[in-house]
Amino acid sequence: MRVGVVLGGALAGLALALAALSVVWTPHEVTQMAIADKLQPPSGAHWFGTDHFGRDILSMVMLGARTSMAVALVAVAIGMGLGVPLGLLAAARRGGWVDEIVMRGNDLIFAFPSLVIAILITVVAGPSALNAIVAIGIFNIPVFARVTRGAALPIWVLDYIRAARVAGKGAALISLHHVLPNIASLLIVQATIQFSLGILAEAGLSYVGLGAQPPTPSWGRMLAEAQTMIALAPHVAIIPGLCIVLTVLGLNLLGDGLRDALDPRLRVLR
Amino acid sequence: MLRYVLRQTTVMGLSLLVASALIFSVVELVPGDPASFMLGTGAQPETLAALRQQMGLDQPLPLRYAGWLGAMLHGDFGTSFTYKTPIGGMILDRLQVSLPLAVLALCLAVAIALPVGLYAAARRARAGGGLAMGATHVGIALPNFWLAMLLVLVFAVRLRWLPAGGFPGWSDPGAALKSLILPAVALALPQAAILARVLRSALIETMGQDYIRTARAKGLTEGQALRRHGLRNALIPVLTILGMQFSFLLAGAIIIENVFFLPGLGRMIFQAITQRDLIVVQSAVLVLVAAVIAVTFLVDLAYAAVDPRLRRG
Repeated sequence: MRVGVVLGGALAGLALALAALSVVWTPHEVTQMAIADKLQPPSGAHWFGTDHFGRDILSMVMLGARTSMAVALVAVAIGMGLGVPLGLLAAARRGGWVDEIVMRGNDLIFAFPSLVIAILITVVAGPSALNAIVAIGIFNIPVFARVTRGAALPIWVLDYIRAARVAGKGAALISLHHVLPNIASLLIVQATIQFSLGILAEAGLSYVGLGAQPPTPSWGRMLAEAQTMIALAPHVAIIPGLCIVLTVLGLNLLGDGLRDALDPRLRVLR
Repeated sequence: MLRYVLRQTTVMGLSLLVASALIFSVVELVPGDPASFMLGTGAQPETLAALRQQMGLDQPLPLRYAGWLGAMLHGDFGTSFTYKTPIGGMILDRLQVSLPLAVLALCLAVAIALPVGLYAAARRARAGGGLAMGATHVGIALPNFWLAMLLVLVFAVRLRWLPAGGFPGWSDPGAALKSLILPAVALALPQAAILARVLRSALIETMGQDYIRTARAKGLTEGQALRRHGLRNALIPVLTILGMQFSFLLAGAIIIENVFFLPGLGRMIFQAITQRDLIVVQSAVLVLVAAVIAVTFLVDLAYAAVDPRLRRG
């Protein structure tokens, strides 16, 4: 499993580094079209080749990494920001009506076809990276609420919680000071997983034209544009897809490795 | 048991009610009402008002919601603004593509996941098991529409074995099935990867149980014990995931249906959204959500019937 963590960390780190680098530098200007150089295979001048407008694919992929990661990251932040407090609240009021409402609400969101709702949201608010974030973020909320509640419940029956209660601490402070630190590792692992799912979701949304809008490059739209040219120039379709696969793979391996490292009980099973 | 059934039924009814209200209000938020969309920007105000009245759009919101819900309960799903046909019939038509596609993809996913999961569990400490798990990691990371593009490139463009898209209809079952193979594979592979992982961890958990040790003591090999006793017990979490995947495949095939130009339910909803045919969106989404809620309800009941401990929950 050690190999997995190192590989995962390297892949995710590389994607992150490329995204960060694209802020200050890309090999070529992504808006720079050169029709004469269109659909060129990978070469010394263009490592990943060029697309149907002669744009440098490596540069586009770097900027696409930034779009994907920004969308997925903020979507995770939305999910954690709302989901974790809801989960903590449900665990603190376990068995009560608050718990019931939170959990039933969660079940309800899970019952919705997420992609359909994401598409609906982007139509209501117009296609943009921001609305893609909201659409993906909403479906992260119940995930974090559920994980938080599930992890917090067994902690609430422990002795030190009882001690804190006797000492006069309220449910909110106990949740914040004693429960949250004990479930933080689990939440980090979940965040890694939701981050990678967010990248896949963003790719899907921008593939159908509902994510980041041109000229902002995104992996999903690069794939959509490449679809008609796949027979002529397969590299235009293969490279952005590989970027998605490697980034998501890296994050998943990293998440798995983190879980093993943070929870030794699970390691025994593997 | 009766109390449990009553409680779950109430929960299901409430969920459906809230879901319908949610869908209705989200659809209401879509800018531009269908009447002005149908008539275009140059429409006379009087014509617009007349059409709005004809479509019932001039009524207050709660009244329209109640009317829609009441009609749905009577099996009347409304009439599409764009196609002027009953939505119930449209959904049934599209299900003729989506349902076989989902079933095919699910069967494929199970057929792949079962051996892979069993193998990975049996060889968990060895290189083979690690390799199988590595493969599932890649499978989960695959965007299904990219996989679909690659499949088209290889099997339709290069080898010319299968069609690249479109659906000929069920009058020619062979051709229809052929056109569903690539989409089903694209949908199935990532799902199979998830299933195989769930199956593996469930199996490993059951492997520690006493009855497995008993089976081994009776002289069964580890593989035999796994297949005869472990598999059956590991199926519960697998079935839960399968139920969720089926509903995902039914509705979530939107992108795949777009890649392959399949006239399925997902594509119908997608087109209806872009055409502002909101009544179609509203009814079709509610049908999907209702299906998911109903499946969850049935699964819960089935578990409770099998496992008395769950009835208290």
